[in-house]
Amino acid sequence: MSTLKPVTDLRPGARGVVHNLRGGREFASRVASMGLTIGAEIAIIRNSGRGPIIIDVRDTRLALGRGEAIKIQVEVRDG
Amino acid sequence: MNEQATHPISVALAGQPNVGKSTVFNMLTGLSQHVGNWPGKTVEQKAGSFTHNGRLVRVVDLPGTYSLTAHSEEELIARELIIREHPDVVVVIVNAVALERNLYLVAELLALPAPVVVGLNMMDVAEQQGMRIEPHVLEAALGLPVVPMVATRNQGLRELVDAVDWVVRHPADYSPNRPEIREDHREVLAAIQERIAGLVTEPYPEDWVALKLLEGDKEVTRMMQEHLPRDEWEQVHSILMQHEDAVLAIAGGRYEWIERMVRAAIIRPRAGQVTLTDRVDRVATHPLWGLLSLLGIWGLVFWTTYAVGSPLQKLLDFYLVQKGAEMTRLVLHGAPSWLIGLLADGVIGGAGMVITFLPILIIFFAVLAVLEDVGYMARAAYVMDRFMHPMGLHGKSSLPLFLGFGCNVPAVMGTRIIESPKARLLTILLAPLVPCTARMAVVAVLAPVFFGRGAVVVSWGLVGLNLVILALLGVLLHEVALGGEHVAFIMELPLYHLPNLRGIGLLVWQRTVAFLKKAGGIIIIFSVVVWVLSTLPSGNIETSYLAQLGRLLVPLGALMGLDWKMMVALLTSFVAKENTIATLGVLYGAGEQSPLTSTLYSTLTPAAALAFLSVQMLFIPCAATVAVIRQETASWRWTGFSIALFLAVSFAAGIAIYQGALLVEWGL
Repeated sequence: MSTLKPVTDLRPGARGVVHNLRGGREFASRVASMGLTIGAEIAIIRNSGRGPIIIDVRDTRLALGRGEAIKIQVEVRDG
Repeated sequence: MNEQATHPISVALAGQPNVGKSTVFNMLTGLSQHVGNWPGKTVEQKAGSFTHNGRLVRVVDLPGTYSLTAHSEEELIARELIIREHPDVVVVIVNAVALERNLYLVAELLALPAPVVVGLNMMDVAEQQGMRIEPHVLEAALGLPVVPMVATRNQGLRELVDAVDWVVRHPADYSPNRPEIREDHREVLAAIQERIAGLVTEPYPEDWVALKLLEGDKEVTRMMQEHLPRDEWEQVHSILMQHEDAVLAIAGGRYEWIERMVRAAIIRPRAGQVTLTDRVDRVATHPLWGLLSLLGIWGLVFWTTYAVGSPLQKLLDFYLVQKGAEMTRLVLHGAPSWLIGLLADGVIGGAGMVITFLPILIIFFAVLAVLEDVGYMARAAYVMDRFMHPMGLHGKSSLPLFLGFGCNVPAVMGTRIIESPKARLLTILLAPLVPCTARMAVVAVLAPVFFGRGAVVVSWGLVGLNLVILALLGVLLHEVALGGEHVAFIMELPLYHLPNLRGIGLLVWQRTVAFLKKAGGIIIIFSVVVWVLSTLPSGNIETSYLAQLGRLLVPLGALMGLDWKMMVALLTSFVAKENTIATLGVLYGAGEQSPLTSTLYSTLTPAAALAFLSVQMLFIPCAATVAVIRQETASWRWTGFSIALFLAVSFAAGIAIYQGALLVEWGL
């Protein structure tokens, strides 16, 4: 079983696969060029509950504002 | 054959940010570089050349971009150059450590007509991380030259140039494996291409335009909307509207192609390896420790600046400026006194200011370049981001603003690290509100005169006032002037690595020369103009044009409890903030026995003094800062706006403070 969560809800160490990118074409196109596309595997490196989040995607560490991170839906395996 | 051998090769150097592209550029072109701006843009342009086997190779360094879709000026500049100028070869530097993401740019470049050579850089770092990459396998898959490199150790550069040469000599043998659109979007792409066939402006390739339309590229959409006949555009537009999410499929398709390309070429280490970058980042990006280490680093930066820069500044001031002025007087002995004054005070005074700025500027440029080069800058921006958001800025703006505490000049020039043009402009406009050391020096002299032991509180209060106004003005300018657009914060945190001293040296040199060339002249002109105004017509400042201007400002000054002399002191602070004290000395102290401080104490009420100090802190920045604002915005309009803004803000604050004091009957 797996559940869908926005990146903002994931704790450091969590891994998942990008399921959906909301926020329009411009946003999708920008993050795609930095490695974030549907189907990409990501891992959360830092999320302190406020302030930007750091993720790892395609061997790249990306800092994302919370406004951006909430638009990225991730499929996380339960258990 | 002969003709071909003499014709120079033109190379465009492309690459995503943080791939060591500037190192490659520096290694190839060395000191032949010339730096300027792209025509009509504020983006830096670097070009250079070298010879290979007797043939001239011209290299233009494209801005670092993650893709070629129009998100900002950088991508536009890069793709316009490739499409319009037809370089013989596009060399794209990719980072071996993040190969998949880096090949995204390659996938985009392959849609354009120029041949591509890949420089696979940072092979050493990939190896340290336990990755094994086979350049030959990648080369075979891509169908274009792939050259393994360690640019920082000068490895692979020869081979890279040989590969460029080979591609130029064997155009027929170049047949790369190009990415294709996913099957489910093939039909719609063909439909668009059919509609626009024969209607695309030269020199844009039709298939590329169709693809960019489907991706929702703003510039290409705008261009085609203007260019196509109305009916035709309506039809294309309605197809596009039905496929709004095509961008997801196109981007996804590119990565599927990339995965096929690298599958056999890369062997990854087992997951869970902890790298140096991970270890450092545990501290550097921690909400608390990250902030403390940032403060520590800034402390160190300022300490270095004052330990090294200030004594140098004093030496230069003494040996060059004061001695220079003395020499001028000596040499010109007997010449008209206005000429001596003009040269000794106006010209040498202005030139001296430019020169005495240099030690601090060079140190700040070097520190910024080192922090950027080792990869720390992105961490500092990350840590500061949450504090900058309300002003519509993101973390990167905090760094130049912080430099402002030392000097506003490197603060304004430091805004080059901000990619978004709007955020950069806003940061430039706000930077002069950070109180620099020269302003603080004026406060340090004057505050104790009026407030005795309370001077410390007053000084901190004035700094606080500036920062509060900075924050308020930031929110206001962001909402009103710049449309309140949300600045998306998406930033790569590059791997840490050792600084490349050659590259840093070159960068510091280029920045310093740019300051001398562009700002130096303006500063000297300003200095001369203020000298002329304070001297003409009688040679006495008390009856000069400047004094007359000060007297004109008396009604304004009265609202703040200030006489014309104080207003003149403010006006002269435009050349250099320290001038405030010198001018007050001349105007109040001339011919009198008592020192300036006691004269001031008996002339000004504490309320007026507080108003004066706050105006002084918020006033128009010094000539050097104004000159670099002009240099960095490339616009006299924004420079004028900035001057008007600070005039309004400073006088408004001064009036509010004085009138407020009258109201509560304090300090009269």
